[in-house]
Amino acid sequence: MTAKTRITRKNKKNILRVARVIRSKNSGPFELTLDIMFRDRRHFDLFREKKIITARKIARLYRIPESDVLKVVYFEPSQAIKITMKRKIPSGAPGDTDIYGAQQHVPLFDLSF
Amino acid sequence: MSQKNTGRKLPPFKILSTTAILGYGFPESSFRKGLSRKPDLIAADAGSTDPGPYYLGAGKSFTNRSAVKRDLRLMIKAGVQNNIPVVIGTAGGSGARPHLEWCLEIVREIAREEDLHFKLGIAYGDVDKETVKKALKEKRIKPLAFAPRLTPQVVEKSENIVAQMGVEPFIKLLQEGCQVVVAGRSYDPAVFAALPISLGYDPGLALHLGKILECAAIAATPGSGSDCALGILEDDSFILEALSPERKFTPQSAAAHTLYEKSDPYELPGPGGLINLRECSFEDIGRGRVRVRGSRFVPAEKYWVKLEGVRLTGYRSVSLAGVRDPIMISKIDSILQAVEDRARDIMKIKPEEGRIFFHVYGKNGVMGELEPVKKTASHELGLVIEAIGRSQEEADALLAVTRSALLHYGYEGRIATAGNLAFPFSPSDVAMGKVYEFSIYHLMQVEDPAFFRTETEEL
Repeated sequence: MTAKTRITRKNKKNILRVARVIRSKNSGPFELTLDIMFRDRRHFDLFREKKIITARKIARLYRIPESDVLKVVYFEPSQAIKITMKRKIPSGAPGDTDIYGAQQHVPLFDLSF
Repeated sequence: MSQKNTGRKLPPFKILSTTAILGYGFPESSFRKGLSRKPDLIAADAGSTDPGPYYLGAGKSFTNRSAVKRDLRLMIKAGVQNNIPVVIGTAGGSGARPHLEWCLEIVREIAREEDLHFKLGIAYGDVDKETVKKALKEKRIKPLAFAPRLTPQVVEKSENIVAQMGVEPFIKLLQEGCQVVVAGRSYDPAVFAALPISLGYDPGLALHLGKILECAAIAATPGSGSDCALGILEDDSFILEALSPERKFTPQSAAAHTLYEKSDPYELPGPGGLINLRECSFEDIGRGRVRVRGSRFVPAEKYWVKLEGVRLTGYRSVSLAGVRDPIMISKIDSILQAVEDRARDIMKIKPEEGRIFFHVYGKNGVMGELEPVKKTASHELGLVIEAIGRSQEEADALLAVTRSALLHYGYEGRIATAGNLAFPFSPSDVAMGKVYEFSIYHLMQVEDPAFFRTETEEL
């Protein structure tokens, strides 16, 4: 890590400081859906205006092809961002590790802005 | 869904939703409080695909019979005695015929035990294979996102194909004077919205209210799937009200629920159209109540229903074990690969005939390939060794060989030569039975939304 990147990192804030809820869940057996709900309006607006979360960023965090990210929706009424992506393995199919998809949210904790 | 409010003012229509899933329970105090508000409908959704494909395929409920009976007894008794319709959707958890029959048996038992007499309405959610194959041929089937391709062969191999019914079969049975309606696979909101829609309430509001009420008090704060909630439908809005003192609805909690388990919170597709929430507002009206406005139902040009089906993919056996040796932990990936190769070699089994999975807890047991942390820092690992074969015998044998190969595998640098695994149980292996996977998750276009078979029964 160079001195320069360290400074940028220092100036960055982690998502956990502004999010109230970060969760994952199935949306049907073939999709995983991630929700990020913000503590306040200000940060939701900031994320929306600066497009901080995009399909590309999610693909990078989860190391999946961008085409596996179905949509990223900024949902005003609950100051939330919803991301829907393809399940690697459909719910309950051989090789699945999380039938409900409820523990697949953690890579989002690495988001800084 | 053509009945539209013709200008006359409709009285508030109160819906008592008892529990998020029939059998999850609810406090009697909340239920009584809900009843004291003189509801026009008592309803509960009984199903979900969340617990995975097994339950649909095996024809078994993922909920407990005694718990379902307890919930149903309270609901049916109160409904029949006070002349309030009781509606249950997706009976038995998955809503195919065996699930519906399981639930109906409970309903009949309650009627006998409580000496209750009423007209029971039954709607089947099953769709026979010929109907699906015909639709496939006529190009009236389309896959939902990421669903596998549907072919006549897949249809043939699928078991218990169901479709989510909309409000129409419910309306039909309620108009035939049924006091209690128990339906197979249903679009969750339809269970709550059918009766008010048939009385002229706005379908957008009724369905959105149903969408929230199907999870009962989950949308309140603190949320709970085991508590009642009251929804009051009015001409131009609806109100959400919690029924126990520790809970309330807030605009935030109600809006947040709209996100739950959906892929797009603004447009919620269902049978015959979608609920559009772009203009939707959530307003705090005090005393823990929220008023919702602006939900719109947008009918689709053609009526599509969602099909669900699963197929048998094999039989499973598992074994649980732990690893504490740091030398082994540092080489776990290569050891497991070598063990799988050895087991396959011993059994002369090809990948398509038998599958071996190692769930390595403490490493990537939860996220599998998605796990960003590649190197474990854990001093111990939990292993679930899983084998899937074409029969239970094959799965058992494949597991036994894999387990013993791993127990005694002489990896490089090994110092502990007595055995590589700590088994918590004897016997170490468990036969888990049939393994299903979702094979159908498609939309099918239908001419008649009430094509689902219905019948009535006098109890």
